Amino acid sequence: MTTTPTATHPSLIARIRKSDLWWSFTHSWSARIAAVLLILLIGSAFFAPLIAPQNPYDAAQLDMWKSELPPIWQSGGEWPYVLGTDTQGRDMLSVLLYGTRISVMIGFASVVLSLVIGLSLGLIAGYFGGIADNVLMRVGDVVLSIPTILIAILVSAVVRQMLPVGLREIGASAVLVLAITLSGWVQYARTVRAQTIIERGKEYVMAAKLLNVPKRRIMFHHILPNTLTPVLVAATLSFGMAILTEATLSFLGIGMPPGQPSLGTLIRIGNQYLFSGLWWMVIFPVVQLSLLVISVNLLGDWLRDALNPKLR
Amino acid sequence: MLVFIIKKLANAAFVMLAVAFLAFLIFRLAGDPVDMMSTEQTTEADRELLREKLGLNDSFLVQYGRFVGNAAQGEFGISYRNGQDVLGLIAERFPATMELVIVATLLSLVIGLPLGVLTAIKRGRAYSELLQFGSIIGVSLPSFVVGILLILVFSVTLGMFPAFGRGDVVDLGWWSTGFLTKSGLLALVLPSISLSLYQVTLIMRLVRAEMLEVMRSDYVKFARARGISRYKIYFRHALRNCLMPVVTLTAMNIGTLIAFALITETVFQWPGMGMLFIQAVTFIDIPVMAAYLCIVAFIFVFLNTVVDITYALIDPRLRTAK
Repeated sequence: MTTTPTATHPSLIARIRKSDLWWSFTHSWSARIAAVLLILLIGSAFFAPLIAPQNPYDAAQLDMWKSELPPIWQSGGEWPYVLGTDTQGRDMLSVLLYGTRISVMIGFASVVLSLVIGLSLGLIAGYFGGIADNVLMRVGDVVLSIPTILIAILVSAVVRQMLPVGLREIGASAVLVLAITLSGWVQYARTVRAQTIIERGKEYVMAAKLLNVPKRRIMFHHILPNTLTPVLVAATLSFGMAILTEATLSFLGIGMPPGQPSLGTLIRIGNQYLFSGLWWMVIFPVVQLSLLVISVNLLGDWLRDALNPKLR
Repeated sequence: MLVFIIKKLANAAFVMLAVAFLAFLIFRLAGDPVDMMSTEQTTEADRELLREKLGLNDSFLVQYGRFVGNAAQGEFGISYRNGQDVLGLIAERFPATMELVIVATLLSLVIGLPLGVLTAIKRGRAYSELLQFGSIIGVSLPSFVVGILLILVFSVTLGMFPAFGRGDVVDLGWWSTGFLTKSGLLALVLPSISLSLYQVTLIMRLVRAEMLEVMRSDYVKFARARGISRYKIYFRHALRNCLMPVVTLTAMNIGTLIAFALITETVFQWPGMGMLFIQAVTFIDIPVMAAYLCIVAFIFVFLNTVVDITYALIDPRLRTAK
């Protein structure tokens, strides 16, 4: 008579499969399509060094004689350049995979960083109120009165200018993460603040206070988990926004340099050849970027409806 | 009421002061202006003279105060790049951007409103669900991608519309307009569509949500019970009550559209202030960057304050709100 622990405590997978969220997921075809697409896109980007036919950063692998090849289904296309090559002889499929990798990493890093900043500030402001709250709200007012894209452009331009010339290429992705974070943290701070104000008046917080639980523990262990539902939705949607902002900055020429292109940089480069018939240099990055953001947004949209108690 | 207005104005003034501070900070962070304005031949004495003339030896606060004072009078100094007066440069480009933004705003209302009503009243039909699904795609496509695709289809392949520039313009005083010539109007088509797409989906989704809400209300049920025709109910009674948030969103988003126009302007080589700004960013031409930031933020804050005050004038319940 051996009872495995899973008998009394259902395993994580079993718990997920019994949850409302999973039910809603299996009943939404757009969410399932989006999830599969996203796993494919991010998975292929993550394993790019293993599956890409070529390392686009390695100049030794580039062949100038193979530049400007069209995709394989057009006459003149050559194996293994399935999606053709660009003007420098880089394999389009490989730069796409590596580019997606950069876009996703920058998007992910900036969402995580804005979450950390926004959650902490929102918790502190909501829990303590008073001056801290006032300062946060006023700073938020100012940040929100400047369109996000403008903040991102200015931060990225000024910070890059402050870096020594040698660091500008290497530090490009860090600068982008900083720029996107500074333009996006306010919404988390506001969401968490609003939720914290509701939570702090509830009985469990009162009980924790009476038990002399330290403030930091109340804030991060008791209140924070109860504020996370709206934050999760906001984080998913803003992951899509962050990827878009990165792409926009790179497209405008103040993001990733051509040597380590993100999807936005690839579109910028391809856009210069729009009238020379090299359509594959712009269409493939455009499609890849669109699919990536659309699948993230579809998931976010589904999550918002699924977690909204009013719609159940 | 007066207290409310004063509070709103004070808040707006505070935000503008803070934005001006940020703009001023850009100057301080992005390096020494004397370095940018001087050449190899400039002697140390000349540099010191320039430093004194520009007031760089004063304290931080004095410099900030002077910056705010000048900015309030429209004095943003001269461009590092070509030595022209910054406000003049921006004023010259302002009509191009505003015409683009106005047309995009009108387009978003003309397309977004009917689509929103349609998807609300025909909810559940295949085409309305498809539109709703399509709106997510509209939100997800970055505006430069839309612009590139439009150029690829309508300029490169079909040759119907020009892919760059503003066409011929007519000067009306200091305002140069593209509305009066055929080439000017043709040149407006693609940029305004690509700028408005995001706004169209936004308005469509907002109208849909509001309509669904209103359709459930008692007065609509009552109107239906009285036997008023469906379309009269939809457009006369229900839609009217959805318009308030739409007007708010439209007014508040004009500032955002001006900022987003800089992407559209880059794609279509549209000679507006957004393109001026992007050129300034690549050359680190700080006076132009700072002026653009202040002007966009000012338009944004101005419209927000106007909307807030108008709301309070219409709806007394909002006057006590902070």
